[in-house]
Amino acid sequence: MILGLCPSSLVLPHKHMKISNNQIEYVITRIIKATGYSVILFVALIFYFLVSEGIVTLGEVPLPKLFGTRWYPIEGYFGILPLIGGSIIVTVGAMIVAVPVGLGTAIYISEISPRWAREILKPLVEMLGGLPSVVLGFLGILILAPYLRNLLNLPTGLTALAGSILLGGIALPTIISISEDALDAVPRSYRDASLALGATQWQTIWHVTLPAARSGVLTAIMLGIGRAIGETMTVMMVTGNAPVLPTGLRYLFLPVRTMTATIAAEMGEVAKGSVHYHVLFFIGIVLFLISLVINVSASAIVFRTRKRSERILS
Amino acid sequence: MNKSNSVTRLNIQRIGYIILTILAFLTVTPIVLVLFFILKQGLPAISLEFITGFPFDGMRSGGILPAIIGTIYLTIGTAIFAVPLGIGAAIYLSEYAADNKWTRLIRIAIINLAGIPSVVYGLFGLGLFVIFLRFGTSILAGSLTLAIMTIPVIITTAEEALRAVPQSFRIVSISLGATHWQTIKRIVLPEALPGILTGVILGLERAAGETAPILFTVAAFFLPRLPTSPLDATMALPYHLFVISTQVPGMPIKIQYGTALVLIFFVLSMNIIAAAIRSRARARRQW
Amino acid sequence: MTDKIFVDHLFLNYSDGTESLKDITLNIPANAISVLFGPAGGGKSSLLRVINRLNELADVVFLSGKVWLDGENILDPKIDINRLRRRVGMVFARPVVLPLSIRANLTYGMEIAGEKRKSVLDEAVERSLNQAALWDEVKDRLDDPAVALSGGQQQRLCLARSLALQPEVILLDEPTSGLDPISTGKVEASLQKLKQHYTIVLVPHSIQQAARVADYAAFFLQGEMVEYAPGKNIFTKPQDKRTEDYIEGRFG
Repeated sequence: MILGLCPSSLVLPHKHMKISNNQIEYVITRIIKATGYSVILFVALIFYFLVSEGIVTLGEVPLPKLFGTRWYPIEGYFGILPLIGGSIIVTVGAMIVAVPVGLGTAIYISEISPRWAREILKPLVEMLGGLPSVVLGFLGILILAPYLRNLLNLPTGLTALAGSILLGGIALPTIISISEDALDAVPRSYRDASLALGATQWQTIWHVTLPAARSGVLTAIMLGIGRAIGETMTVMMVTGNAPVLPTGLRYLFLPVRTMTATIAAEMGEVAKGSVHYHVLFFIGIVLFLISLVINVSASAIVFRTRKRSERILS
Repeated sequence: MNKSNSVTRLNIQRIGYIILTILAFLTVTPIVLVLFFILKQGLPAISLEFITGFPFDGMRSGGILPAIIGTIYLTIGTAIFAVPLGIGAAIYLSEYAADNKWTRLIRIAIINLAGIPSVVYGLFGLGLFVIFLRFGTSILAGSLTLAIMTIPVIITTAEEALRAVPQSFRIVSISLGATHWQTIKRIVLPEALPGILTGVILGLERAAGETAPILFTVAAFFLPRLPTSPLDATMALPYHLFVISTQVPGMPIKIQYGTALVLIFFVLSMNIIAAAIRSRARARRQW
Repeated sequence: MTDKIFVDHLFLNYSDGTESLKDITLNIPANAISVLFGPAGGGKSSLLRVINRLNELADVVFLSGKVWLDGENILDPKIDINRLRRRVGMVFARPVVLPLSIRANLTYGMEIAGEKRKSVLDEAVERSLNQAALWDEVKDRLDDPAVALSGGQQQRLCLARSLALQPEVILLDEPTSGLDPISTGKVEASLQKLKQHYTIVLVPHSIQQAARVADYAAFFLQGEMVEYAPGKNIFTKPQDKRTEDYIEGRFG
């Protein structure tokens, strides 16, 4: 009971327990390290399985045909350009909606809004981010598409435009939260200095705060684009599923088909091992690479700028 | 700097503020509209029979119990795989990993995983779990696919929660003779737990609502009985909503809205629980 | 007066080049208060953290020399580092209480070491709080969160926390820098009582504190130990001009 003042007498009640504790700790540490590295394994696995089923396409379908403008698998036309075009036009449309609204909302939340408005807005934005895309697609079919058809006198409301509007809504939470973080990160002293020089708050936002946050905003937009291009269910349900190559903005008012919708819609009907099957996996590779480029470069922006600001402030 | 100049600037500011407020309002409108429509049209469909009964007549009447149970099973299955891996990786990144090129590689991998489109996850799940590992269209295949999709979300939020714990706690613990892991287990993890929990719930919420990853890996449209093993296929709420709104002619609108309502309820209640955990933890924090 | 700790030609460099140590040789007697003083960046905190090997948490690029504690070289990689840290306790400049109850803060070190017997733990709680002159103030609220205490009480709790493990050496790095004069006085009084049973190494936050408490004092300047003498001599008759200049306030 008495531990005494003699040093070596801080003896553990069970001497052998110390040894097995060390062993347990060693095992736990290695398990934790393994889970950390497992992420790399998963990415590699995903890439491997996409490639193993998809790269065959390059042998089965000659390249000019693959990048041709006709997608009609039943008759052997596997041109994926219309699908890529469909994804692009829907995404562009989504960004036209989401960037002004998203950035404006972020500025509002971060710079102008009173506290009570912020407390309402932020949870609502988070809720928007949590809405399942299939629900938005569902409402798109039942409400948005007919509305657009009536409003714009179109043959059908299932168009790229419907997809863009919904996709814009889906990309909004991403753009808002990252932009808001970027704006919050701008040091108070910048704003204070500008106001002290006699600028209005508005001028401060446009000439000081926003430029200071521009790399964060750029990241937000890029990640929003990534989110939009990768979206599947919403576009599958409302964009009309017509694989036509969009060559101009007027195609916004016509049905299109995105890469993601193609995979989702046609995978259920293909025979395993057929050319069609392989081409769908190939489209998966394209999507994987696009998202890789967008996301990695978006985060590279963040890393670079953080280092720069660290240099300045220290 | 004459007076009309500053008046002009103030006017510009006033207009600018109005525009920004309108834009913020535009953000809020979608959610409100969605909730409004679904509640209005879907509430009439909700009854005890709807939630606990089975569908019949090609889904056109009856209840959606199998879809609800299926989604619950999938969410649990996802949690079983994603939570240990995600939290483990977060602990590694926050507490153990040195700042070298391997760690950077791990982070790039996480960013990559987070950005992969959900339908590509579906392809991957089909290729690896359904076909190669021969799990077939099953809850197991679906859960594993959803789990890998959810892991980056959990890692990101969990790591942030762990890093938020003050470094001074770790230093004090070590100076008292604790090992690295003892410090994590006794001090860091308990303090980070609310934040980690919030992240886990938000990640699972996303998994519960996703359709594309389960399209080819688990989802069945019409199953007359509930799944009895992880190797069974199952119905699921998001997939069910998709099919009844696009592929079943003569589907009563009421049932479609009712299904949507149940799905939203499931998802949003997770959202609210997570937010509640977060604010309660913030209030009780001892640092 | 026997030597408790003997620092033997110690060299230390960190990756950012700050707080390095150059050829430090020094003996620290048992049962006395030894003070390491000098301007910022001199290496005093570095040396303190070598004694309980807390310096290994930072990025050390070069380390040579030996540090003897009761005849054992504590820098030897084979020794049990966790046991070392229980024998050598540390109190930091800002009071850092763990996010636990007062009682749990005190028993943390012992529970980590595997001690589970309630009687032993309770005895340690009461003894250490008495030694830190905090028992009367908190004895009725041992299960309250430690953050509820005032700054001075928290720092005394940190002292008690180290004492609960019955260390042989107590290291204190500017322990009273955030405290009001009354709390500072209480801490200094505790140290005077504690030195009868423990070896105390202290980095003071002012020259005046050094002069008040030092039995022995060493002056550190930019990584070198300039002078070392009994307290009553060094502050009145410093041998080295640099020491004299610092004490007189000609630089800081």
